[in-house]
Amino acid sequence: MTEEPVLRVTGLRREFGGVVAVDGVDFEIPRGGSLAIVGESGSGKSTVANMVVGLCAPTAGTITACGRDRSRPARSAKERRLRGREVQIVFQDPYASLDPRHCAEQTLDEVLRLHRADDGKQQRQARVAELGDLVGLDARQMRARPRALSGGQRQRIAIARALAAEPEVIILDESVAALDVLVQAQVLNLLADIRERTGVSYLLISHDLGVVRQITDETVVMRRGRIIERGPTADVLAHPRQPYTQVLRDSVPHAGWKPTRALRALTEGAQPS
Amino acid sequence: MTVPVLEVDRLVVDVLVEGEPRTVLHEVSLSLGEGEALGLVGESGSGKSMTARAVARLLPPGARTSGTIRYGGHDVRTLKGGALRDYRGDVALVFQDPRAHVNPVRRIGDFMTEALRTLHGVDKHTAAKRAAAALADVGIADGERRLEQYPHELSGGLLQRVVIATMLLTEPKLLLADEPTTALDVTTQAEVMAILDELRQERGMALLFITHDLDLAGAVCDRTAVMYAGQIVETRESAKLHEDPLHPYTAALVTARPAVDRAVDRLAAIPGRSVSAFEAPDGCPFAPRCPHAVDACHQERPPAEYVDGGLVRCIRADELRGRLAEEVAFHD
Amino acid sequence: MTIAASVLDGVRTRRRRVAGNTVVVWVCAAIVGLALLLAVFGPALAPHDPDAADLTYANVGPVAGHPLGFDSQGRDLLSRLLAGARTSMAGPALVVVLAMAGGTVLAVVSAWAGRWIDATLSAVMDVLFAFPAVLLAVLAAAVFGPGLTAPTLVLALAYTPYVARVLRGAALRERAQPYIAACEVQGLSAFTICLRHLVPNIAPMMAAQGTLLFGYAMVDFAAISFMGLGVQPPTSDWGVMVSTGQPGVLQGYPAESLTAGLCIVVVVVAVNLLGERLSQRSEGR
Repeated sequence: MTEEPVLRVTGLRREFGGVVAVDGVDFEIPRGGSLAIVGESGSGKSTVANMVVGLCAPTAGTITACGRDRSRPARSAKERRLRGREVQIVFQDPYASLDPRHCAEQTLDEVLRLHRADDGKQQRQARVAELGDLVGLDARQMRARPRALSGGQRQRIAIARALAAEPEVIILDESVAALDVLVQAQVLNLLADIRERTGVSYLLISHDLGVVRQITDETVVMRRGRIIERGPTADVLAHPRQPYTQVLRDSVPHAGWKPTRALRALTEGAQPS
Repeated sequence: MTVPVLEVDRLVVDVLVEGEPRTVLHEVSLSLGEGEALGLVGESGSGKSMTARAVARLLPPGARTSGTIRYGGHDVRTLKGGALRDYRGDVALVFQDPRAHVNPVRRIGDFMTEALRTLHGVDKHTAAKRAAAALADVGIADGERRLEQYPHELSGGLLQRVVIATMLLTEPKLLLADEPTTALDVTTQAEVMAILDELRQERGMALLFITHDLDLAGAVCDRTAVMYAGQIVETRESAKLHEDPLHPYTAALVTARPAVDRAVDRLAAIPGRSVSAFEAPDGCPFAPRCPHAVDACHQERPPAEYVDGGLVRCIRADELRGRLAEEVAFHD
Repeated sequence: MTIAASVLDGVRTRRRRVAGNTVVVWVCAAIVGLALLLAVFGPALAPHDPDAADLTYANVGPVAGHPLGFDSQGRDLLSRLLAGARTSMAGPALVVVLAMAGGTVLAVVSAWAGRWIDATLSAVMDVLFAFPAVLLAVLAAAVFGPGLTAPTLVLALAYTPYVARVLRGAALRERAQPYIAACEVQGLSAFTICLRHLVPNIAPMMAAQGTLLFGYAMVDFAAISFMGLGVQPPTSDWGVMVSTGQPGVLQGYPAESLTAGLCIVVVVVAVNLLGERLSQRSEGR
């Protein structure tokens, strides 16, 4: 008897003016699991993220989160709020994902007002402080305007905002891609801690296989809108079955790596079977 | 070593931030021989791009410099008129975002041949022929068709190759590449890097390659310089940086990067954030975050010293050598 | 580039350079502040009754107690200028408020809804653009009779599409920012997001547009008053004064037209430079 997955996507398809961006995408994430969608630009991975979180409607297919369908746009304010408590997202650009006029406390308080209408001011303040602690921001940083903070600090606020509604799934849409390597390591450790403490599930959208290896259990590889390979992350990266996945892995710079032109030529020929 | 093409000696740069001078580079020294490739690696704000801009004479207005940037026997900082034009002809630049540097309303052909026709007086037909040949060199087969296209019709990777081909036309002696593949997909990155590497070796160009990725620099550069807070903390043979780093910051960069072949319980993330030169404290700028810092590290700036053929700014470099090697070995 | 465009470009660049100067900006701010004070207190500050005519003093120059002298009907010029400040600026101010309100709503609705709503609104704007503001106002005054109400409403209507077009661009840029998307994902309503996040973040742009518009509106009102279709004599108004002082100019008594004209020019230039500066800052953000 397996438990109901926290997120299930079946037959997902999206067209933009006749161009198919996403085609027949299926996957599910178990409660507390972590799944990566890997691909290059144009693979459709970000479109999938936007559909799951509700920023763009699928042309066909179904999305079920926490047992409730979210394939069509929300019709009521109540439904929008309910969905906000199921799936949240952290975007790539730490400089654009916060309102420049609001500090972290205001940002979090706004979310709490929406989702915990019964809480009093003091309860909300306590929760804001708790969230700040969780993502490692001090009181001064919580009251600073985003422009006074570094990219890593801003991304911590974005993570706290995503956590505020206590969602079951957080989509990490290239969330650490814009960060410098030392900051990236801090944020990746933070994400691992949060998952352990809260049991939240991750859907990671990334082109960075090192990041994928570090924080996900399972991986699907997308190319030209379709999933071409899937499996446990360790297996997919260690023993890729598809030539494209192999090229993707071999293109990652590592110690002793030599770039070659041949790799890319190989991807052109490597059609998914 | 042969006579250096480019020699930067104790370069200090102050730029104006809201009217206030702020130090962005502190005593940066590097040299680059003919046909040699040097990687310049650092996080944002470390001063790596500012170094390239100083070399290219592209510092923002109001910037003040001291030290020397020597090219062909002259100090680049004081070049004027014809000498500056000649220098600019010898130096080519490739930036992160090709789209920001290509006029979107002009054809690829016009963009590529502009310098040839205006500066070198080459006629239109010959210029077009040479442009098509240069495109072939960077792996774009149907060059003649591409010359008729507009930038928006080309992908980012293709456009970056066009920029590289364009720069080849004027046969530069020194190439400054500032994160040329950061905006590209990994497979495209591998190809563009391969092209840059081949061209450099075939044509004997000197390459100053700026990146945030230690591994990427190591793949194409003989030596790599690591920058932190506006100064070069370590310059070393690229191959040795991974196994035997001399500076704790280099070791931190190596171990913080998640690997493709294995996940670890926790990444070795050192606390704090990277600072710019003007925010750096007295003493070693890395000391507040350094796991190996002792009292003396906070006292004064460590001078650059030779250790095992590399240059390092760390007073404990000698005694830490074995331990840093262990740290990175544990990671690999 | 056409010659006209390049000339305009040159004017714009020069104006930008002037507006970038801090001293100039402070002087402009001081002038605008003073103008606002005059609009509020001007009529009360007038040393004499602005409407008290004494033909024996017609066109008499400055004398003790009357530093600017008298107009063609022997009314104290300084008092008329002070009293006229309010009428001269109240109309334009009302136009700005109305046009900004209308333009902002249209811009935000357009940018947020997108698709056919945006397309329809944009098409309507394009049609409205074709009507010249001053001519419309003149027409309205001719139909509804002279006075301030008709020109105010018509100018507000005519300026709305300008505001809407500029702000729509800003709103679209803001709409595309991930922080707005994050609000949507939380489940905030479109109205709340626009009110609390989108509009405050285009506010610097709105302030810039508002000040520029005020300058234009003042010139337009002056033109309408000059034609005798706006404020009616004997109410004092700078535009009307330029007009009624016209025969004086020909007879060698230019004081009335000149002083009123100068007031208009100074306020308009100050407001425009300030607006230019504000828009520079909102772009630089």
